[in-house]
Amino acid sequence: MNFQPMEFVNNLKYMGVGMLGVFIIIGIIIVATYAIGKFTRNIPENED
Amino acid sequence: MSDILALFEPMLEFGQDGNWKMFVMWLIGGVLIYLAIKKEMEPTLLLPIGFGAILMNFPGVITHTTECVACGMPQMEGITCCDAMSFVKYGGIAEPLHELYNAGIANELFPLLLFIGIGAMIDFGPLLSNPKLMIFGAAAQFGIFFTLCMASVFFPEIKDAASISIIGAADGPTSIVVANALGSNYIGAITVAAYSYMALVPIIQPPVIKALTTKNERRIRMPYEAKSVSKLTKILFPIIISIVACVFAPSAGSLIGFLMFGNLIRECGVLESISETAQKVLANLITIFLGITIAFNMHASQFLAFETLLIMGLGLIAFIVDTAGGVLFAKLYNVIMKLLGKPLINPMIGAAGISAFPMSGRIVHKMALAEDNQNFLLMHSIGVNVSGQIASVIAGALVLGFFA
Repeated sequence: MNFQPMEFVNNLKYMGVGMLGVFIIIGIIIVATYAIGKFTRNIPENED
Repeated sequence: MSDILALFEPMLEFGQDGNWKMFVMWLIGGVLIYLAIKKEMEPTLLLPIGFGAILMNFPGVITHTTECVACGMPQMEGITCCDAMSFVKYGGIAEPLHELYNAGIANELFPLLLFIGIGAMIDFGPLLSNPKLMIFGAAAQFGIFFTLCMASVFFPEIKDAASISIIGAADGPTSIVVANALGSNYIGAITVAAYSYMALVPIIQPPVIKALTTKNERRIRMPYEAKSVSKLTKILFPIIISIVACVFAPSAGSLIGFLMFGNLIRECGVLESISETAQKVLANLITIFLGITIAFNMHASQFLAFETLLIMGLGLIAFIVDTAGGVLFAKLYNVIMKLLGKPLINPMIGAAGISAFPMSGRIVHKMALAEDNQNFLLMHSIGVNVSGQIASVIAGALVLGFFA
């Protein structure tokens, strides 16, 4: 183990790219979920 | 006579050559068992981990050798003797646990199978009726990446820092999969930290939420309009999410795939018996093996180190920053909604995005009721909580993608 404070700054890029990645993928999932809801809204359910 | 003395040899070894550390590990094991039984903190995992920690700490359980156990060649720096190249001998309970570890954790099988059970337990209904809530699940993963930067200050190996950061996923199986895939040396401490803090969510989250919100904000009501979600939507959701995850975050394929497979079993409506088995029998069975096998990494020589304390501290930071990230993002969302003249949300629901399901969602609901006994946030907070489950797996997969 060591103590290298500059590593925090050096790895900030992962924080930026990582959070951006999570938001983008979740954004795609949100869009996909709305699309599923929209396309399946008018399909009658089989009640048997 | 000498044969009789030989029987007591392991006992006589106690107290020598740093074996006192084993007593400390017994104490730690005892504390974990106490927390599991008396405080009911994640008992399904902390109890087997605690018991395993005691069993793993006896003389002769793990012996370091100077000759390769497989081929017998003396250890020499920079020279590979054989494929096994193992200089550790396992005895007692370590032997079967080592086998179980290779069979279920080293290849990530146990956490993935557990995800089938978790997927079968989750009702995505609240999320499907209001999909935009998922954005708060994403925001609450901030603690993972913040902790990654923090851990890199202390741990020279970025793979160790990345593994530690996944404690912030507030999701045991994801922590195990990522730490194992990255080959971290601290998988035992990481797992204990992840499950301990998940159990401590009711203690960790409320002060952070209160510090970041005003009384008026905590009183914001969010009317719940129960929208019917069709069966077809519930069936298509796990399939589409798996496809999206595999296309955009391939490393998340196995985790999301198994989680969604479990959910598809639940929602398809024709596999009730299998769904029930996945939720109860499978999840319980895997949990038994997972808990005691994790203890394989709790030998005093590995566990009793300053790094373990540091990992516990960093794990706590991860949970706090996750909670703060979710709440602050919800407040930012409110600023935008205010400008647009749209209804505000209760910023506390942002904290439910940390994945610790369903504790986090329930805490937010209870805190809202404490401020206003007519403020029912449960459906919203559980929706965010469920989205946190998906977002934490995606965050874990991204970390794997960066460093694996």
